[in-house]
Amino acid sequence: MRYVIIGNSAAAVGAIEAIRQHDTEHPITVVADEPYHVYSRPLISYLLGGMVDEARMAYRPRDFYTRYRVETMLGVEVTQVNSQTQSLMLAGGGVLTYDRLLIATGGRPFVPPVPGVDLEGVFPFTRLDDARQIARYIERHHVRSAVVVGGGLIGLKTAEALMARAVRVTIVELADRILSMTFDRTASRLAESLLRRAGADVRTGLTVKEIVERQGRVEHVVLQDGERVECDLVVFAIGVRPNVGLVSNAGIPVQRGIIVDRQMWTGVPGIYAAGDCVEGYDLLLGENRPIAIWPNAYRQGYVAGCNMAGAERVYEGGFPMNSVEVCGVPTISVGITDPPEGDGYEVLERYDREALSYRRLVLRDHCLVGMICVGNVDRAGIYTGLIRARVNVAPFKDYLLAGHFGLISLPREYRKHLVVGEGIEV
Amino acid sequence: MSLNLLASEFQVVRDDTRCIACQVCVRQCANDVHAYDAESDVVYSDETRCVGCHRCATLCPTRALTIRLALHEFRPNANWTPAALYNLYKQSQTGGVLLSGMGCDQPYPVYFDHLLLNASQVTNPSIDPLREPMELRTVIGRRPGRVEVTQGPEGLRLETRLGPHLVLETPILFSAMSYGSISYNACLSLARAAKECGILYNTGEGGLHPTLYEYGPWTIAQVASGRFGVHPEYLRTAAALEIKIGQGAKPGIGGHLPGEKVTADVSRTRMIPEGTDALSPAPHHDIYSIEDLRQLIYALKEATNYEKPVGVKVAAVHHIAPIASGIARAGADYIAIDGLRGGTGAAPTVIRNHVGIPIELAIAAVDQRLREEGIRHQVSLIAGGSIRSSADVVKAIALGADAVYIATAALVAMGCHLCQKCYTGKCNWGIATQDPYLTKRLNPNIGVRRLANLIRAWSLEIKEMLGGMGLNAIESLRGNRDHLRGVGLNEVELNALGIQAAGAA
Amino acid sequence: MKRIYVNEEYCIGCRLCEVYCLTQHSRSKKIIKAFKEETPRALARLVVEEEGPLSFAMPCRHCEDAPCVAACITGAMHRDERGAVLCDEERCVGCWTCIMVCPFGAVQRSIAGRKAASKCDLCYGEHTPVCVMHCPNEALVYEERT
Repeated sequence: MRYVIIGNSAAAVGAIEAIRQHDTEHPITVVADEPYHVYSRPLISYLLGGMVDEARMAYRPRDFYTRYRVETMLGVEVTQVNSQTQSLMLAGGGVLTYDRLLIATGGRPFVPPVPGVDLEGVFPFTRLDDARQIARYIERHHVRSAVVVGGGLIGLKTAEALMARAVRVTIVELADRILSMTFDRTASRLAESLLRRAGADVRTGLTVKEIVERQGRVEHVVLQDGERVECDLVVFAIGVRPNVGLVSNAGIPVQRGIIVDRQMWTGVPGIYAAGDCVEGYDLLLGENRPIAIWPNAYRQGYVAGCNMAGAERVYEGGFPMNSVEVCGVPTISVGITDPPEGDGYEVLERYDREALSYRRLVLRDHCLVGMICVGNVDRAGIYTGLIRARVNVAPFKDYLLAGHFGLISLPREYRKHLVVGEGIEV
Repeated sequence: MSLNLLASEFQVVRDDTRCIACQVCVRQCANDVHAYDAESDVVYSDETRCVGCHRCATLCPTRALTIRLALHEFRPNANWTPAALYNLYKQSQTGGVLLSGMGCDQPYPVYFDHLLLNASQVTNPSIDPLREPMELRTVIGRRPGRVEVTQGPEGLRLETRLGPHLVLETPILFSAMSYGSISYNACLSLARAAKECGILYNTGEGGLHPTLYEYGPWTIAQVASGRFGVHPEYLRTAAALEIKIGQGAKPGIGGHLPGEKVTADVSRTRMIPEGTDALSPAPHHDIYSIEDLRQLIYALKEATNYEKPVGVKVAAVHHIAPIASGIARAGADYIAIDGLRGGTGAAPTVIRNHVGIPIELAIAAVDQRLREEGIRHQVSLIAGGSIRSSADVVKAIALGADAVYIATAALVAMGCHLCQKCYTGKCNWGIATQDPYLTKRLNPNIGVRRLANLIRAWSLEIKEMLGGMGLNAIESLRGNRDHLRGVGLNEVELNALGIQAAGAA
Repeated sequence: MKRIYVNEEYCIGCRLCEVYCLTQHSRSKKIIKAFKEETPRALARLVVEEEGPLSFAMPCRHCEDAPCVAACITGAMHRDERGAVLCDEERCVGCWTCIMVCPFGAVQRSIAGRKAASKCDLCYGEHTPVCVMHCPNEALVYEERT
């Protein structure tokens, strides 16, 4: 019995930790094209911005693979999965057989087909190497200004990292506001003003039409409206798509991402998948779809690992959630934050401009289905807990936004369950 | 509002070098003495409301607080004492009867403190209770004057039917404290501790909360003039019944539980409307003579199929000896006598401080009288009214009691600091209150532990004292006044106590 | 594994648990110094919630299936050999993902000084957590429950 994991990030670690809880005996092999000890992908913007050093990129301690007795093949690309012979073809000609396979290939950055994307000075931003290369490029070419394409969370973190390196940043966002996927209009506007105050330029409702070179390197970009923005660097930070190239002809069902059941099984004997490459179960929508976030990836990997090792476990489902600081102001957004008008949704809001604190809660059928906290994010997880447990919040709706909101405002039964510890599993 | 003529009684001394403004004192004081000022990050105290309960000082994590008497000094006057003046100021301000909680605090002689115990030397051996058996088990109830036995094939057979008895593992009972005057958690602590120690507690006139029925075998159910909470199930559940005629802290007057303390739960237990004052009449309106008392005693015995002892509790007053004799002859299985210094949740201060006689004298007189009349065996005596230590227990029994009732000592074990403000319902120790914010402060698990510790400790000490006297059973001490000597007492007092002066013999 | 549990029936809202927790996690571990001299003042790792007569302390539950450990982006939030969930404040970058996912609201932001998530560590090295040791009414207990 041999476990093989393709990929070496959150889902892979989740799977390894789960497998070793149930099976301390059989070998685990991790194959990944990145030649690094498992690192924290969300930290690459912190690395670029100089907030953390290389040593702190490690997602698990240096002895992780030894302690969990994992054989690693890092820097090795898998070229093909053959589910008939239960084997993987490796770049360079090797073959690796498996009994249980986890596909945790993650996402691949989306870079739109814009003229000039291949120029020197144009980068995606999803991997450690990207961060290192951008940093090196900035130093070598004395980069003073950059265009970040994408006004989502990754775009923002990229912009902040660049600003921390004294690079002037213009953010170009296709939608009419930044963070349109995670925030409502108020929170977006708040974030935008914070970015502007920090010195960034924000251009919404626009795309980059063309990247123009000078001596083979980026010199400026031309926006859709014809405007020209000078820059030495362009970073595409639009987000990721499930990375499914490897499995598309292996008989594994794929739509946008790999299709899995609630046990993270692909339907092909022995093959599981988890993380940004799959369509996981969305608890709020009641359907499967890719939600590329770190906590879900770990959780799915964990569930997959349990099932691979023979311990049945069901993925409870996830929903989008992000906790990000925007220019030093913490923000948290969870679930459905900007529902269509009416449509059975109810929105509660509290905005304290003075204290720079904004809270927005979205309810559907008396249950919380989404929330945004900007500024004061303390104890926001209680909302997340209510969302996950689908607690009927109608009886204490008036307390939800109260200054002293806490577990004490919750119905006795739910509270007792949490506080007194009658069942501490969550 | 005109000037309040009362200066504060206490002084809160806050050591600013220690105070960390954590506000524990602010949260713990139900009298709002302490207040936090966020602007200056300082806690201030307004001692005009301080009752001296020490809750704040006890919980203060840096011991920054000391509560002292505010020693405002009046021009010296042996007659018009500060206490007398304060009462006048209060009374002229409120126009009402002044109330107090707990027992009489006036400097009348405490006879226990003038009694000394004997010990064996040379001529008779003392007993080491750690090496030899020592019996503290005490039986409460009527004993037959003589027993008849017949010789059967298997030996002697007892023909006399013995009356219903209570068996105590140690000669101590928790005396009456009602649910209402004290909190549910306090009642529960007493009930559980009684069970754990093999003794009994007493419901007072508060009825019996349904969740305490399981402690029935360790419960004495009181029937008082208000008849609160009395119903067949109540009588059947308890191990013994007690007719309360009087209470040491307030002989001759009834009880008064203010409406604020009659919460929904208390109202259900007492069977009275919620929020109404629970007024116990001064007399039982069906008892105007010993004969009437006999009727009630037998009504209760009838109601419980003659299976439970029925006792009568009276306050120690003048002529207590003939009163006790009458009660014994009325058929009571025990007589509880509550002395001058016995506690209360609320009593008019003037009554508490001026009515009744000390328990030591009452017990001596009653025991003597019942012996003289040859009926001592027909009834047990339980002495109450400020039993403060195991020495008081031993002295009370040597004076003639079978067992003692303790209440104040039990409350102190649960945290009471004798601030005497029980009647305000704001007991910071969570005992004499029904405020849910305050009642939580008495965790019954801790209450039980502390009560059981107290009973265990006293029992060990009683054994030591008994052993020293060369006795190996508490029964041998009862009324054994030869083991007592008086110090600093005059001839009249020595005679009343039936003891000799120390050094005289 | 032993955990801290609260009996809300007996929590008296005195907040001594917070006082002692703060002291334990201060630099000097001396109560008066921790409050009066140390700046920034250390944080108590648990919060007492209060409303009317009801109150309770809410320390970390050290969940079997801890959402904070699963969600932590840096690996700072981890489980030690005893099973306790700890935050390695050196590795924490203060992204507050743990705050987002903790349904107890038991993780706090420590922002004076270096940003890091701050949570109950069961008083590492002590026989009994100080909040339990100093709870005057035994509302907090440290015990194994199944």
